[in-house]
Amino acid sequence: MAATEQTIDQVRELTEGKYKYGFFTDIESEMAPKGLSEDIVRFISAKKGEPDWLLDWRLRAYRHWLTMAEPDWGKLHYPPIDYQDAYYYAAPKVKEKPKSLDEVDPELLKTYEKLGIPLKEQAILAGVEGAGDMPAVAVDAVFDSVSVATTFKKKLEEKGIIFCSISEAIQTHPELVRQYLGTVVPYSDNYFATLNSAVFTDGSFVYIPKGVRCPMELSTYFRINAKNTGQFERTLIIADEGSYVSYLEGCTAPQRDENQLHAAVVELVALNDATIKYSTVQNWYPGDENGKGGIYNFVTKRAACRGKNSKVSWTQVETGSAITWKYPSCILQGDNSVGEFYSVAITNNMQQADTGTKMIHIGKNTRSTIVSKGISAGKAQNTYRGLVRILPKAEGARNYTQCDSLLIGDKCGAHTVPYIESKNRSARIEHEATTAKISEDQLFYCRQRGLAEEDAVSLIVNGFCKEVLKELPMEFAVEAQKLVAISLEGSVG
Amino acid sequence: MTTTTASPLPFAPFQQAALPGADLPWLADLRRAGRDRFAALGLPTPRNEAWKFTTLRPLEKLSFAPVPADAPAVPVDAIPAVAADSHRLVFVDGRFRPDLSRRQGLPAGVTLLSLGEALSTVPAQVEAMLGRTAAVDGHALLALNAAYLADGVLLHVAKGVTVDRPIELVFLAAGGSADAPLAWHPRLLLALEDNAEATLVEQHLGRDGAVYLSNVAAEVVAGPGARLHHYKLQEEGRDAFHLATLTTRLGRDATYDSFVLNLGARLARHEARSLLDGTGITCRVSGAYAIAGSQHSDITTLIDHAHPHCTSREVVKGVIGGQGRAVFQGKIIVRPDAQKTDGYQLNRALLLSDTAEIDSKPELEIYADDVKCSHGATAGELDDDQLFYLRARGLPLEQARALLVAAFLDEAVDEVVSEPVREHFRSRIHAVLERR
Repeated sequence: MAATEQTIDQVRELTEGKYKYGFFTDIESEMAPKGLSEDIVRFISAKKGEPDWLLDWRLRAYRHWLTMAEPDWGKLHYPPIDYQDAYYYAAPKVKEKPKSLDEVDPELLKTYEKLGIPLKEQAILAGVEGAGDMPAVAVDAVFDSVSVATTFKKKLEEKGIIFCSISEAIQTHPELVRQYLGTVVPYSDNYFATLNSAVFTDGSFVYIPKGVRCPMELSTYFRINAKNTGQFERTLIIADEGSYVSYLEGCTAPQRDENQLHAAVVELVALNDATIKYSTVQNWYPGDENGKGGIYNFVTKRAACRGKNSKVSWTQVETGSAITWKYPSCILQGDNSVGEFYSVAITNNMQQADTGTKMIHIGKNTRSTIVSKGISAGKAQNTYRGLVRILPKAEGARNYTQCDSLLIGDKCGAHTVPYIESKNRSARIEHEATTAKISEDQLFYCRQRGLAEEDAVSLIVNGFCKEVLKELPMEFAVEAQKLVAISLEGSVG
Repeated sequence: MTTTTASPLPFAPFQQAALPGADLPWLADLRRAGRDRFAALGLPTPRNEAWKFTTLRPLEKLSFAPVPADAPAVPVDAIPAVAADSHRLVFVDGRFRPDLSRRQGLPAGVTLLSLGEALSTVPAQVEAMLGRTAAVDGHALLALNAAYLADGVLLHVAKGVTVDRPIELVFLAAGGSADAPLAWHPRLLLALEDNAEATLVEQHLGRDGAVYLSNVAAEVVAGPGARLHHYKLQEEGRDAFHLATLTTRLGRDATYDSFVLNLGARLARHEARSLLDGTGITCRVSGAYAIAGSQHSDITTLIDHAHPHCTSREVVKGVIGGQGRAVFQGKIIVRPDAQKTDGYQLNRALLLSDTAEIDSKPELEIYADDVKCSHGATAGELDDDQLFYLRARGLPLEQARALLVAAFLDEAVDEVVSEPVREHFRSRIHAVLERR
């Protein structure tokens, strides 16, 4: 896309300013009966033809869930969720599982085309030639409860990389799934993770073998389509010794008046010398300006840096969802392991976000960096909640945290709740947080040079977020910048 | 929510008749309400978010004896004075001691009484102040203080009056042992009317080996334009429990300048809640601590910016040795209308041993956009470069370390505006560091 064309597009998006992913695909789907019970758990498990151990695990989780109470410590306000008033399984109807992309329902392909995620095995984004010998992204597309397509599988298999839906992995690599599933986020971890363990329907599975550097970005695109469904996906990524993978995650949902629940679990395992880079652009439907509708996003993401010199880097751009409750964390167990968390959370209108990270330093010389940028506009509430814990054996551990909040308008809130716990004297922890608004000077400077107020705000906010956005893979960074502008639509003037 | 313990209070039996002001029905009601509330709440447990890092479990094991009727002999010169010419109220084991106190030359318009005196001479004034700033609500320690309220202080400074000499409040522990621990619950009622000014220095002192609980509740009201300098030295015995709840309400253009120095006690918590109830207020809530052995120091603060154009500043620094554990919880709230708020908060902790621990929770809750708020927190050991610098100049390691620790704390005490108080605090810090 030429620069001018891009500008025109960007401007149009700005002026239209609507949630452009709000459409609904009319596709026949197969649903489990409404509500949640042991029978539903069994139904999902049977539907997926799962082994007994997994059904047992699900049932243990379900029974444990019944004993738990929904957490209320987040700075979030929403009406009680009726867990019986949702469908826990919805899948686009297919006669037989498609053997190749050509057999995938064209309606589905069109949906992803419309979302800008063509499920074709070709160079996807223009302008990235020369970025590598394989300018492509392998995509696993999850539509409601099931994965509908995974691209570039063959090419990845040549390297020994397993990239498929988790349902498929349970069938084809049960030993790997069994070895790692629930080891980072146990089924009893928290209310939403436990619910997910009982009813998860699909998600992605990645295994990078020893010493392999994954030649392309792996990506999962989550789409909630059906009405009244909850999406419960489970992602498991294992990076074996000395391997590297960069993984992207995107999400959208149709525009609806009622709230929909999304409770995902992501588990990452990094062994010796392995690196996982996990990037998310979360753009679930945020609800309208009066707070009607939108996704409730209750997500548990955790990485175990088990091996020496392992590294996990979380980057998230959170612009969507009515409610966000999400704390991507790192357990830094291996000596010299590194955890990173880069986050931009934008809330506008009636959105509420309570997000942050946990860095648990266990091994020696473990290091973590937290950079969080929260932007609050309209009547939104945006909270950073984070924990840095240094255990007694974490000799030489190091943490640097920076949390900046930007307020746009006088009806919104920005909150910072960090917990810092150190039990090792050689550990060094630094935490900084600031709160400010866009200065009149900055705005004046931009406007004087002919920028409209909204463009000026978008420019300034993008500058505010730059530290985080630059951590995103290039394909995502462009998208994210546009998203920042769109999310703040209508917040000034 | 705290858990409910239906068990009787783990403290001395409730001796209604022996307490000052026993004939006042409103006070009897207040005490009874406090007792009922405490019975319902029980001591806070770590399940209560505000008590996440500080457990009062060791307190539950103690069964407190009543404070003996006959006052122990304490020589006047045993009481350290911050300034030779200060006004001074002395309390021994929670009881007011006129023989050790001095109040000559108080300016007109200043009332400085022990709570016992105030209840018999100006009960209406006590009634107008007691429990008005510090609402018990879910606060178990305030309920406990109300239940056992016996003595304390009433300070009232009339409009425009300046008390030029410092007012010292000394709480000295003489008794209390492992077999018969003692407890007292002083209540401080401090009010400065419009444009009044005073400097207040609290000292809480005790000897090592004495087992006692001092559960202080202070209610501070500073009217428009008032200036209160409020300093506190907590140097209780190393086996003592010191729990203090300080509630402050500040009026327009008031200046509240406070500092707490935590050096003593086995377990100390200083909880300060300040409501900035007007525009143009300057509020400083700072502190320092130096702990070792198995000491626990908790400084918990809340600064509530309810109106525009206020400034708050909080700097808390401390060193932790041995198996010591320090807690800092600092929360700044900026309410929706509190535009142009300037809030600053810094927490620094120095860990000197492998078993020391720091838990820090600096928190911002902001609902207004045109504000400048920031906080910083650091934790770590002494800087290697600084140590190297000193050692390269021939200082032995131990001496170099001691020098850096002392310098770190000296710097922390810089926040104290009053010079004699600052010097007194520094000398106490040096004395404590030397003893270790």
